Amino acid sequence: MVAQETRPHRIDAAIPARAGAGLKAEHVNDILQTDADIGFFEVHAENYMGAGGMPHRQLETIREKYPLSLHGVGLSIGGEMPLDKDHLQRLAILNRRYEPGLFSEHLAWSTHDTTYFNDLLPVPYDKATLDRVCEHIDEVQTVVGRKMLLENPSTYVAFEQSTMSELEFLREITRRTGCGLLLDVNNVHVSCTNHERSAEDYLAAFPIGDVGEIHLGGHAPDIDDAGRPLLIDAHDREVDEAVWTLYETVIRQNGPIPTLIEWDNDVPAWQVLLSEAKAADTLLSQAAATHLKRAV
Amino acid sequence: MKNKAMSAAILAGAVATAVAGLSATAPAHAQAKEKCYGVSLKGQNDCKAGAGTTCAGTSTVDYQGNAWTLVPKGTCVSMDLPDGRKGSLTELDRDLPEA
Amino acid sequence: MNASEFSPRVSADTFGRALWDPAAETPTGLVGPDGKTAPKRFNVYRNNVVASLSEALEQSFPAVGRLLGEDYFKALARAFVAEHPPRSPVLMWYGAEFGGFIERFPPLQAYPYLADVARVEWAWLEAYHSADALPLDPAEIGAVAPDEIGNIRFEKHPASCVFRSEWPIWDLVRANRFDPDANIEIDLEKPQSVLITRPELEVELMLLRPGGDVFLSALFDGGTLAEAAAAASSQVEEFSLSDTLSDCLANGVFTTLVKA
Repeated sequence: MVAQETRPHRIDAAIPARAGAGLKAEHVNDILQTDADIGFFEVHAENYMGAGGMPHRQLETIREKYPLSLHGVGLSIGGEMPLDKDHLQRLAILNRRYEPGLFSEHLAWSTHDTTYFNDLLPVPYDKATLDRVCEHIDEVQTVVGRKMLLENPSTYVAFEQSTMSELEFLREITRRTGCGLLLDVNNVHVSCTNHERSAEDYLAAFPIGDVGEIHLGGHAPDIDDAGRPLLIDAHDREVDEAVWTLYETVIRQNGPIPTLIEWDNDVPAWQVLLSEAKAADTLLSQAAATHLKRAV
Repeated sequence: MKNKAMSAAILAGAVATAVAGLSATAPAHAQAKEKCYGVSLKGQNDCKAGAGTTCAGTSTVDYQGNAWTLVPKGTCVSMDLPDGRKGSLTELDRDLPEA
Repeated sequence: MNASEFSPRVSADTFGRALWDPAAETPTGLVGPDGKTAPKRFNVYRNNVVASLSEALEQSFPAVGRLLGEDYFKALARAFVAEHPPRSPVLMWYGAEFGGFIERFPPLQAYPYLADVARVEWAWLEAYHSADALPLDPAEIGAVAPDEIGNIRFEKHPASCVFRSEWPIWDLVRANRFDPDANIEIDLEKPQSVLITRPELEVELMLLRPGGDVFLSALFDGGTLAEAAAAASSQVEEFSLSDTLSDCLANGVFTTLVKA
């Protein structure tokens, strides 16, 4: 594949180890008018798969001024069927067109037969699924022509048929495919609470060296059939205190990593989202200082 | 239906009028406003148009209502149909073929 | 992990079928931390799918939503989702069949104009996402020699679309979406046709003058200016070529002028 020449008016593609925000169309004017001081923006690839018009104009304007992370939500990497070749091509085209510094997708499925379920559905952690997910990631990285990051999921049920832990599953995927990981700390908190495991232990054992990006987002509390806490990955509010604490531990121990604030439902005013990103930036600077001191 | 052909002169005249009118767009629009011809409506929600994706779940519990038995409560209900029917389900029965 | 060869396997088929059918049992093998089947946990996924698709429809069809009211729209969206699940992960293209579904939905037969409102909103969305193209410069048509003018044809801008309706579609869409505070009186005996264009980034919706629908449909089908004008003026007495053409040129309906 011939690499497209970097357009001279665009800022460098590399994502800094700072905080970024999920880009919402209704925020674009505020962002541009205030010349918002933020490390990067992330977009859902599927929202830019139209032929032209406002979405592409907005994204090009943002891309000129900020590094971009491209996050797919609909490829169904965990699906039982072969990947949708047309969709994969669309992802490859967006990668070429916007030169994002990072490209990620989910450990989940959403398409089966001809139906798209529009949710990130869970996969069993067994050998058959592992083989299929690795094949799919190989295909993605070949067609798109770059390394991708795979995000750990929020889950509400476990599969009795699973033979591996989520961490064993993720580690084996990175070993076989060479892909990186997107560590969603909110998903860790949500899944660990939902399955009554220790988020601290999970994070301590996470293959952090493979992590290219961190996600933070809000979740909604509920209870399950037996009255146990059930957290829902709703991205509809501020990041929870417990998630901030987990996050702080991760970056204090490992140094700063590009961190995205996700807010997809009940989207607030831009300044509210920006202040969440600022909070992450403060922790990232502290972590950089501590980490540097420790290294000396 | 037989088409009424327009002469080249009439066509050319109409085109010239149309093009000339465009240079004075503002007054033309103001004049036409009454009937809204030629005055386009720009979407007020252009910045967020149509469905966007999310990679989140939802804490909203989907409404369990049944569209077969509910009655619309929007602006629809205030409109009368030309034949005097009211847009309502009770009136609807009249229009259904006999079983 | 306690999985054994006896653990029930849950295929995507089983999972997906149960997601779609609210009355179906939670598939055996999907459990909570106590190892028991957990219907409420599975219902989170069920709810996510239907609620997110219903919201997608709400975002694409705000005028239909206002006409029906929120509760009814949600219930209708649920019925639509069950019959027309999405086929693509590109959600902006979800809902193409919504107008047709509304038209055939028996409980909504008392509101026969609703389907056209949905269709216009869909056309608006298609225009919003259509390919970029530069509109025709009016000076180009001004420069055509009078004896050639009847034989010119136009290439349509990718966003341009004419929508004919038996209902006052322009007033309905204005009152319920673009201009809700304008106190527009809806006369259901007044048919209207609208033109949808996107000369640059913003979609524009306008009422077509009498005969404008005939004229533009003829041009979009590849007819010459003389043919389109003749068709419109013979079908509609009040057709004004200069006014209609002026609207088209001012709103970017065409991209290119093609001489014979």
